[in-house]
Amino acid sequence: MSPPTTSGLSAASQGFIAHLGRRSIEAGRALADVRTWFPLLAHQMRVLGVDSVPIALFIAVFTGIVLSLLSSYIFTGTVPLYFVGALVGKTIMMELGPVLTGMALAGRVGASIAAELGTMKVTEQVDALETLAYDRYAYLVVPRVLAAILMFPVVTAFAMGVGVASGWITSINLLDLSSPDFFKGLKLFYRFKDIWFGLVKSASFGGAVALMGCLRGLAAEGGAEGVGQSTTRAVVLGCEAILVLDAFWALVLL
Amino acid sequence: MITLENLTKSFGSRTVLNGVSLEVPDGQNTVIIGASGAGKSVTLKLIVGLIEPDAGRVLVDGADVQELDREQLAALRGRIGYVFQFAALLDSMTVAENIGLGLVRRGYAPGDIRARVEESLGVVELSGTEDKLPSELSGGMRKRVGIARAIALKPRYILYDEPTTGLDPITAAVMDQLIMRTRDLGVTGLVVTHDMRSAFTVGDRIALLHQGSIRHTGSVDEVRASEDPVVRQFIEGRPGPALVQPTLRRSVG
Repeated sequence: MSPPTTSGLSAASQGFIAHLGRRSIEAGRALADVRTWFPLLAHQMRVLGVDSVPIALFIAVFTGIVLSLLSSYIFTGTVPLYFVGALVGKTIMMELGPVLTGMALAGRVGASIAAELGTMKVTEQVDALETLAYDRYAYLVVPRVLAAILMFPVVTAFAMGVGVASGWITSINLLDLSSPDFFKGLKLFYRFKDIWFGLVKSASFGGAVALMGCLRGLAAEGGAEGVGQSTTRAVVLGCEAILVLDAFWALVLL
Repeated sequence: MITLENLTKSFGSRTVLNGVSLEVPDGQNTVIIGASGAGKSVTLKLIVGLIEPDAGRVLVDGADVQELDREQLAALRGRIGYVFQFAALLDSMTVAENIGLGLVRRGYAPGDIRARVEESLGVVELSGTEDKLPSELSGGMRKRVGIARAIALKPRYILYDEPTTGLDPITAAVMDQLIMRTRDLGVTGLVVTHDMRSAFTVGDRIALLHQGSIRHTGSVDEVRASEDPVVRQFIEGRPGPALVQPTLRRSVG
């Protein structure tokens, strides 16, 4: 255990606070360097967001199908079947849409960022940027994190829409449920908060996934093996961050 | 002038530099030779502030690199070109974009950047490769693009990290010619290498880095005539225990 100092804080705590302070100053400085990161933002939004739409929609389609079948199985004989619409809508908008999309993107986006930045680190491309007077955080981290914060909610919104539509199509084709009944259930407990709650969560997931990818990538050392380890760690940390943030937002906003 | 004063640097329990002092005179090529793992590349990174020394100072034009704020450090890096061992070209960018990257940072107009890129590629005799990606170039061409990227900024100093390592003799000779050509343009060069042929060709002064400190410094002729057994062993390329790093010796002994 670290010995206490005169201020009452251990040397380790003081070191941690100093480290946090330095990181905060670096982050603030990088954010303020708009001239560096702004031209790179649109490209990152396309790479991290637009290119992630297919995988998010694929997951949403099957989530909608399973949810409608599962809720029909639970409700049959006990609850009116139009509640299928309520369960599909609420669950996809508030939980499964943001979380499953976030998890899929943690794999796709987190891994790709960590692998790209890790390779740049071990091949001295990051050092090359610094020698050309670029701030590595402004050039590499800020555009990726901002792009993820902006684009995760967009991708999630598409996933929500497609998930609900897939649940609806499943219900009217495979269940004994009409479209008016499905939408009656969907509207029954709907509140606008259901949507923004999901989108706020997904923005935070995007920030966390991209940040983990960037930090693990920039910490990569030792060649291909080091890049591989950093990439794996980025995905694991991204998924863990999503689950922690999911619980946090449930506590704070519900 | 670049001056290294008593530089010390350790990574974990391994001391790489242990009191390195060296002066790099203006307008000349100074070559640091030494065995692999001797700390040559670390020395270059200390000069541009990519890593910080544990002790000692790096003075560039009289300014202590460690004392500079971010803006001053950025300005300093504008005066120092850095040619990396494996070129370190950004592989998502074309040759022209790589060379122009530092110019974009400094706010040059697109037309000026194009002109400077063409001029720099002309110096390294790679005109016409502007739109190629680094993956489409050979190792030697990548290194020449690395030099073009460094000279595009019209630096006062260029640091070369193992410029001829891994190249065939003809391409290595071309690299040596380029290094001498940049010196003739008035650029001060600091070259680290363990290629003695290259060191004797491009160097005005040679320093041997051995066991964390500068063992010997002198002109090419003085180094050739040196009777220091470590210097002789290195320049003659004779195997033996003297040049093996202490940490390696422990692990194999």
